Amino acid sequence: MNSEKITKGVLLVASFLILIITCGMILSLVSGSIPVFNEFGFKFIISTAWNPTEDKENYGALPFIAGTVITSLLALIICLPMAFSTSLFIGEYFRGKWYSKALGTMVDLLAGIPSIVYGLWGFYVLRPFIVDLGLSSQGYGIFTSGLILAIMIIPYATSISTEIITMVPNDLKEAAYSLGATRFEVIKSVVVPSARSGIFASYILAFGRALGETMAVTMLIGNTNIIPTGLFDTGNTMASVIANQFGEAEGLKLSALIAIGLLLFLITGLINAIGKFIIKKFA
Amino acid sequence: MNLNVIANPTGNIKSRIRKDKIYLGIIIVLSLITISPIILIISKLIIKGIRQINLSFFTETAPDTLEAMTALSNNEIIPGGILNGITGTIFMVLMASLMAIPVGILIGIFLYEKGEKRYANIIRDISDIMQGIPSIVLGLIAYLWIVKNITNGFSALAGSVSLAIMMLPLIIRSTEETLKMIPQTIKEAGFALGAPYHKIILKVLIPSSLSGLITGILLAISRILGETAPLMLTALGSPVVNFYADKPTSAVPLLIWEFYNDPNMVDLIWSSSLFLMGFVLTLNIISKRIAAKRK
Repeated sequence: MNSEKITKGVLLVASFLILIITCGMILSLVSGSIPVFNEFGFKFIISTAWNPTEDKENYGALPFIAGTVITSLLALIICLPMAFSTSLFIGEYFRGKWYSKALGTMVDLLAGIPSIVYGLWGFYVLRPFIVDLGLSSQGYGIFTSGLILAIMIIPYATSISTEIITMVPNDLKEAAYSLGATRFEVIKSVVVPSARSGIFASYILAFGRALGETMAVTMLIGNTNIIPTGLFDTGNTMASVIANQFGEAEGLKLSALIAIGLLLFLITGLINAIGKFIIKKFA
Repeated sequence: MNLNVIANPTGNIKSRIRKDKIYLGIIIVLSLITISPIILIISKLIIKGIRQINLSFFTETAPDTLEAMTALSNNEIIPGGILNGITGTIFMVLMASLMAIPVGILIGIFLYEKGEKRYANIIRDISDIMQGIPSIVLGLIAYLWIVKNITNGFSALAGSVSLAIMMLPLIIRSTEETLKMIPQTIKEAGFALGAPYHKIILKVLIPSSLSGLITGILLAISRILGETAPLMLTALGSPVVNFYADKPTSAVPLLIWEFYNDPNMVDLIWSSSLFLMGFVLTLNIISKRIAAKRK
């Protein structure tokens, strides 16, 4: 009986480990950002200053929060029709067909491409394309980053939506067909309404992904510490400012970057918790 | 559900069928647009990168700027390879796996055993939320924990800790999901024979879910292989092959980032990216194959 207890004990201790890691992460981020909150108080969150000059140091996170939210929202808007169509293609129209499986595999592969490769492709293919279209002189900015983010999050939204759509009971759909409904009408009035909250949650989770993406955005957003006012303005996101400025950061500046990391951690945590909650309720 | 729409459709049958066809057309077009980036990206990498891939690409370390510049001005192929990146990536992924896999599997078994109990649900939620933490934040954490306190400088250990935290929730989830698929009767048969609990885990649960566990591990590794951001904050990069855990180490994605920032070496980005993506996608496909065989 003793070995029984040891085994259970080992499992329980392992589960403590993840609690310790999570608490430790929050603790480290909070204690790392105390200097900057001591210096500027909560004005740090709404200030637009970013001045690392010695003796005149002044930091604010608002431009980066704005940059993060705007690029991610743009990505979400572009992702919506694409992921929705693709998940209907795979999960409803051509379910089980070989080309539908091939499409699904390709979408999965899209999720496997490393962020830095997306960044390179965006820099050498997408950016010149946007310059050629005459949308912006350099090609950097909110729109380019939003577009690459959209491509990166489509697989997440698609795979969850597809799963939810295939879960819609066949009886419901057959009942509608027997009433003489066309496929479009079945999707509009049976499939989408009964899968609504799951599809919604898949977009929330995809949005959460977009918030934290670093490399591709860093390479495409232009890295200026201002609040973007137009679609083709340059900017910076919370993740990209950490990646960019971390190299030479010390003292108060390092603390400011850690504080931005803490904010990013809290925002993505919240968004993910909401998404998981909706999915759980739905399932 | 609004069944009224179906019972009292608006418009005659011809316009309804037309609407149906138009909608299908839109779906097909948008789906094809959705997958076009994967084809465009892979073909771009192959066209631009294949020229640079040869034996020395795998056996030599990255060139310095001067060597690259001379080769460029003589219109030759840039010498050297990405050996320091390949060894660094393997080294850090291996260390991260050693940390994350045993713990992850144990926690997965714990969650499977406890089922819907309150404490298990909390652990499950935490691991779900951990999965969504941006990788750059994990880089910050590993910097604060390891670089500042343990190795007193950028190190391979710090890099692998950030990667391990990233792997952990993935392993936990896949372990629990795999175990759930094992028939209860097999486990009960073990108990009926009077086997102690650790024997059930080692001789029944793990062997019968082995292929699922391997799929989960391979997928988790393929997720961390391409990570750049956390390594920039922790492992930093190194021009030589390094196997010391407390020294800065390069990795393939870190090398791509260096090449990208150096105008003389920019030609190397395509071959390195092609290699990295080939590696990631192969792991991906292998793990999916194993998963498909199980069903």
